[in-house]
Amino acid sequence: MSTSVVLAILVTSLATFSSRLLGVISSKGIKETSKLFRWFNCLAYSTLAALIARTIIFPVGALSDATYTSRILVVLFCLFIFFISKRNFVYPTVISAIMMAILSNYI
Amino acid sequence: MINKEFFFKGFKSILAPDSPALALGCCFIAIGALLKNLGFNIQESIFSTMLTYALPGSLVMAESLLVGASLLNIFLAVWFVNARLYPMAVSLFPLMMHKSQPKWKYYFSCHFIAVSAWLIMKSNYKSVDKKHRIDFWIGIGCATWTTAVIATFIGFYASDYLDKNMMIGLAILNPIYFLCMMVGAMKTIQIGASVILGLLLGPIFYFFSPEWSILLGGLIGGTIAYFIGELNVN
Repeated sequence: MSTSVVLAILVTSLATFSSRLLGVISSKGIKETSKLFRWFNCLAYSTLAALIARTIIFPVGALSDATYTSRILVVLFCLFIFFISKRNFVYPTVISAIMMAILSNYI
Repeated sequence: MINKEFFFKGFKSILAPDSPALALGCCFIAIGALLKNLGFNIQESIFSTMLTYALPGSLVMAESLLVGASLLNIFLAVWFVNARLYPMAVSLFPLMMHKSQPKWKYYFSCHFIAVSAWLIMKSNYKSVDKKHRIDFWIGIGCATWTTAVIATFIGFYASDYLDKNMMIGLAILNPIYFLCMMVGAMKTIQIGASVILGLLLGPIFYFFSPEWSILLGGLIGGTIAYFIGELNVN
């Protein structure tokens, strides 16, 4: 292994684990019925939603090669499938990959 | 020690029909292929998934390495992207803390906090007695973590057979799966408002500060949603 890559992995894991560990330490003394817990619950859902939106609209990696149009089309169609399939998670997930691979070839 | 019954109950939860294992696996296949294309060897790729186990953080690290960023830059970039794990931990661990359980279980198992495991636990914790929830959580975490490591291995060796369109198809799986799960979780006004505001504010804040957009979107959106919910209850 090259040293720089190993160091980058260690630094990445340290940055990631620190948030997790701080979260556990902060959890002590917080009751699940408290207002503070409910606030953190809202923050967690909202932060995840912000991350998902950013991943789709401003992606990094392979997805950045796909056009905005194809990404938006896939999201809207998959949400439509999610609702008509009585909130089944598997159908829209599988369809999204197939649809995205096909659309990225043409759009 | 860990209660085997609840550990395996948690471990088996990824075999459920609506489990995120498929989406998680496909995304880490894409990560394995990406890391190979960036010049990582198999040990480094597996090592990265085992130690980091957070998809956006791995992507940011890979991109930062590609542009020759310093270690400090990588640390800050990953910290910004993965800071979401802090509120996720605070909104999950109080549900599992029990005085009869040793503390090492909580410190050890916080490594498993990731969107997939977090969403499974949030959907299932009520079905498990509070005393054993930490064992159930460790089971879920081990299962999703193992899936990620195996998928990285597969992705690394399958990269020669994956063309650009297939990689794009794999990359969209995770956001679509999580988007559906978040929409499915919108059962109260507070959660519904949190998800909608997060989806709107995350990209809006990106125009002002790409690094802070997720944190600001989550903090402001979540706080507004909290007050909307509290006012509604009152």
